[in-house]
This record gives sequence, structure tokens and C-alpha cells, in this order.
Amino acid sequence: MHAQKRMLSLPSRNNMPIARRHLGTTKAQDVTIEAKNKETAQDAVNRRSFLKELLRPAATLAVVGGAGALALRAKPEDYVWQIDPEKCTQCGRCATSCVLSPSAVKCVHAYALCWYCDLCGGYHQSYTQAPDTAAEHQLCPTAAINRTFMENPFYKYDIDEDKCIGCGLCVKGCAAFGNGSLFMQVRHDRCVNCNDCAIARDCPSDAFVRVPVSQPYIIKEHGKEA
Amino acid sequence: MRRTLIILLLLCATANLVHAQDAPSFRVLRPIFDETFHEPPAPGTPGPRENWLEYIDIAALALALVIATYFALQSRSRRGLLLLSMACLLYFGFWRKGCICPVGSVQNMWDAFLHPDVALPAIVIAFFSLPLIFTLFAGRTFCAAVCPLGAIQELTLFRPVQLPTWISHSLGLFRYVYLGLALTLVATGATYLVCSLDPFIAIFRFGGTFPMLVFGATVLAIGMFIGRPYCRFLCPYGAILGLLSMLSRWHVTITPDDCVNCRLCEDACPYGAIRPANDTLPTESLPRSRTRLAGLLALLPALVLSGAILGAMLAQPLSYSHKKIKLLHLLQQEGLEAINDATIETEAWRRGDQTYEELVEETNEIRRSFRSGSIFFCSFVGFVFGAKLISLSILRRRKDYTPDPATCMSCGRCYKACPIENERLKEKNLRP
Repeated sequence: MHAQKRMLSLPSRNNMPIARRHLGTTKAQDVTIEAKNKETAQDAVNRRSFLKELLRPAATLAVVGGAGALALRAKPEDYVWQIDPEKCTQCGRCATSCVLSPSAVKCVHAYALCWYCDLCGGYHQSYTQAPDTAAEHQLCPTAAINRTFMENPFYKYDIDEDKCIGCGLCVKGCAAFGNGSLFMQVRHDRCVNCNDCAIARDCPSDAFVRVPVSQPYIIKEHGKEA
Repeated sequence: MRRTLIILLLLCATANLVHAQDAPSFRVLRPIFDETFHEPPAPGTPGPRENWLEYIDIAALALALVIATYFALQSRSRRGLLLLSMACLLYFGFWRKGCICPVGSVQNMWDAFLHPDVALPAIVIAFFSLPLIFTLFAGRTFCAAVCPLGAIQELTLFRPVQLPTWISHSLGLFRYVYLGLALTLVATGATYLVCSLDPFIAIFRFGGTFPMLVFGATVLAIGMFIGRPYCRFLCPYGAILGLLSMLSRWHVTITPDDCVNCRLCEDACPYGAIRPANDTLPTESLPRSRTRLAGLLALLPALVLSGAILGAMLAQPLSYSHKKIKLLHLLQQEGLEAINDATIETEAWRRGDQTYEELVEETNEIRRSFRSGSIFFCSFVGFVFGAKLISLSILRRRKDYTPDPATCMSCGRCYKACPIENERLKEKNLRP
């Protein structure tokens, strides 16, 4: 509506060549300029469209060919991020660098390796004198490890992944004092598989690797020898 | 540190005593439970997203591109484009969490091109090449409605303010600089810069690190007034799309018929992408424009050369973006012996089994790649500046008000501003 009004109110101005509006040239000059411009403009348009017609197939070929060449090398399978537990130094950045909050990295327990200790290096503070479930004796800042009695003197430790923040304190404790049956893993039900993993970028020990989707975990099979 | 170690050792000893009660030697043994108790449970391994779902993503991208092209070129429907961009924002942004996106895939492609051992999934190739092919034939319809990064800015643009042409031209050059820098950092193995500086990933995932959230909020806040700041001034993929769009077979046209030069579309475009008609402006004298063009053509190699010199000087500071170089620097400050307040990097390195000589060898290799990368990058920047000057100095004749294919994002705002288009729609509606 508004547009039409504006157009209708300025009929003469719209029909007037822009050059005369700006420069006040005479009508005769206008005619010659216009004719000349039209000619050169037509030439330029022809030249440009010819160039375009030539370059477009070339560019299409380049894109398709380049993508095709890389596709020959491509793996049909996708890749996901995972932590190599042998390289991990439990620096604690998994808890802070992940784009998710809490982090997609959790502590995982390889029960097959666990010694079921009464006094657990991953569960208890290093200075504790009483190996019990008292909060002040626990290493985990969120009490994400559940300790259950099995038979004397053995205890089972389970990770509550909803509470775990991936700080790696227990992993560090277990590595220093136990045999390393606790270790860090990216949990793929939480990980959004960023193109550039924010933790991998910050990882000081290059422990983050890309693994194929079909084998998304690196589960520890050998603990530290006692 | 030493005290903790002693305590740990003591604890170790006591623990061993506790466990070794029945054991003949001083060793810790795994318990042997009786059979009612206990097969040790296996650690849970929840799987990632199914692989075949990726082909749905690829199909969704292709479908969205087809629909966007139809809305932009055929039905000329701004509303359709808006609805599609909302759908794509929900699917590619909030549902798929913004990864993988074509913008970031540039780095994967470059990485795989330079380093053959880099894994390149099929979805990355598809996400990289599909929008490029569509752009070669229909202009930047990917930017119009499919890209989630564009869509979120498109939907939050409340009060468009037009930037002066010279500002948007000069800021637009930054896309090429950013592209060059990102590719250099990929080539040297430092980082995926575009992904680490993605403004909206934190918004798509409802959370992220503080700098990411601040950056995203800033871009959105600016984007409420200045149309699509990320797309126009930063997006490296947009730089490639812009170049290819100049070759496009078809492109969005503002008016369905003859242009009456009413200028209304120019005001409607928040991206400064509409170039006015100028075929009645007098040309400057031919010798003068020839001299200028010759001067600029001579300036181009000079700019490239000075870029190369600047690149050689920039290699050293640029190399600090690589974590191995940073590590070596930290180690040289701390010394090789373990110290109490060591940084996380140096502590992790000391626990690894790489020798100092090996590290130095590795960093030398990285420094060399940074040197050549930086020279290439800065000469590329020089070339971009020179080429921009040349393209600005060539006068293009236009009979109508036309969208600049390189910067037009096919958003369709100009359709409704065109009185001829309104006339056409009216006629269409009146037809029985």
C-alpha cells in the first residue's frame, strides 16, 4: 500500500534519467551517454555471462570431483570420541571443558579388575583412618560412588552416573592406590559428538581419540599388577 | 606432594595387610566369591546414535535445500522461507545440536584433504558439498532457510539498521581472513577454530562454557539490529558460498517484471545486498579507469608479497595456538624436573614417556608447518584485499535494482517491498 503511494506520487521523477537528476546534463548529452552506456553494458553483460557459463561447470566439477575423491577415502562408518584410559592422567578437565553440564565423561568401573577393597583408594580420602561410608571420608565430591558390603572383607563399588561429574578424583585415587579398575570414559548416551570435542582440545595427555561407532568404548582389561 | 605420597604408601601397606590376611604371600588378590554371589557385572556401554540415522540427516538437508530453493525462486514466498527456517532451526539446531554443520565441515574436508589418515564420515562430505552444488545453480538458498546459524539470526532480527556500504564491504572481507586462518590452523593441526568459536552451539545445547555463551549472546544482541552479523562478517562457509553464488545459474530476482527503480527494495534489505540501477550514470573517461585498473593490478602482487613477509613474521606468535608449542614453552619455563606447582600440561607430559628431545623434534616439525602455513595465509589475505579493490574499481552496469549474488542470502524480504510484485500478487488473487 505504502509502496504504491510512493510510486504514484513521484511519476515524473521516476521517469527522469538518473544522470540528469544528479548532474543536470542536457537532454542531447543524455541521449549520447545513454546509447554509449547501453552498448558497453550489453558487451559487459555478454562477456560476464559467457564467463559464468564457462566457470559454473568447472566449479561444479571441482566440488563434485573433490568431494568424490575424498569420498573414496571416506569411511562409511561414523566416528565418536573416546578416552584412551592408558593415556589419561586424570587432570580433571573432563569435568570443566565439556560443552555439556554435567560432562558427558563419567567414571566407569571395570568390575572384573576390582579388588573389592575395604579401604578403597577411589572411594576414601587418602588420609582417612576409618574405611566407612561417612561423607567426610569420601573422595567423590558428589557422593556418586555407592559402597555395598559383599562378604568380609570385600565391598562392591558402583558408580551412579547421574551424580558423577567426571572430575576423575576417584580414578586418580584408584590409579595411585588400587589397580586402576576405575577409569574415565565418554558416555555416548550423553555425548553429542561435537565435531571438535572441547575436552579433546584441552586434554593435556592426548588421551582423546576417535573410535568407530561399532566399538565406541575402550574398556580396561588389564589392571595394574599388585 | 611428598607428604601425600608417604601417606598413600602407608595406606597401601595397611590396605595390603587387610586384604592379604588369608593370602600366603604379601600380595593383593581378587576375592573369590562363592557362586551364589557373583558374576562381576560388566560395565555398561550405552551406545551412540545409530549410524543409519545419519542418512536421514543427509536426506533432511537435501529436502530442506529443495524446499528452500522452491520458496526462494519459484513461489517467491517469504513466509514459506520463514517457516522452513524455523523447522531447520529446530531440527539441525536444537534436535541435532548443531553438529555436524556445513560451516564446520569445511575444516574436516580440508583436514582430510591434507592428512589422508583423518577419518572422514560420509555425512561430512554430504553436508559440505550439497549446499555448494545448490548454490552453483540457485544462489545461496542454503543461507536463506536451511542453515541453523542463519535461521536463529534471521528470526531474532527485530529492528534492522542498515550499515553504510563501505563498512559492510570492509567487514565482509573478514570472512575470507577467518576462512584462511581456520584452514591454516587445521593444516598445522592446532585446532578447529570455527567449531571452537561457534556462537550458537551453546544456545542449541542449552549450556556450554562461559565464553561460548557470552559470544553467542553478543552475536545475537548485535544481530537484533544489524542483520546476520555472523553470516555477513564471519562465516567462512558463507565466503565460499558467496564466490560460488556469483556463478549461479538462477538467482533470486527482486521484481517479477521490469524494474521501475523505486528503490523500495533497497530499504527492505537489512543485509545491504541490493545494488542500485546505474545504467544511466555517466561513465568516467576510459583512460582514467584504465590507469586505475592497471595500478590496482600492479598493486595485487605487491599486496601478496607484503602478506608473505608479514606471514613469516606472524608464524612465531601464531604457533602458540598449538598445544605442543605451548607445552614446550611451559617446560622451558619450569625446567624438566618435577616441581610442586606444575601446570596440568607439564605434569601430564612428565608422566608420559616422551623424551624432551622427541618433544623438541615434534615442535620443530610443527613450527615448520606454521611457517609455511602462516606465509600462505597472509599472502592469501593480501590477495583477497587486492582482488576486492579490483572488483570495486570495475563498474558494473545494471538496468534494474538487483541483488548482489555474493552477499544476497535469498531471505525474500525484498519480494513484498516491490510494488510490481504486489501488483502481480493482486492479479493472481483476482484470477478466478
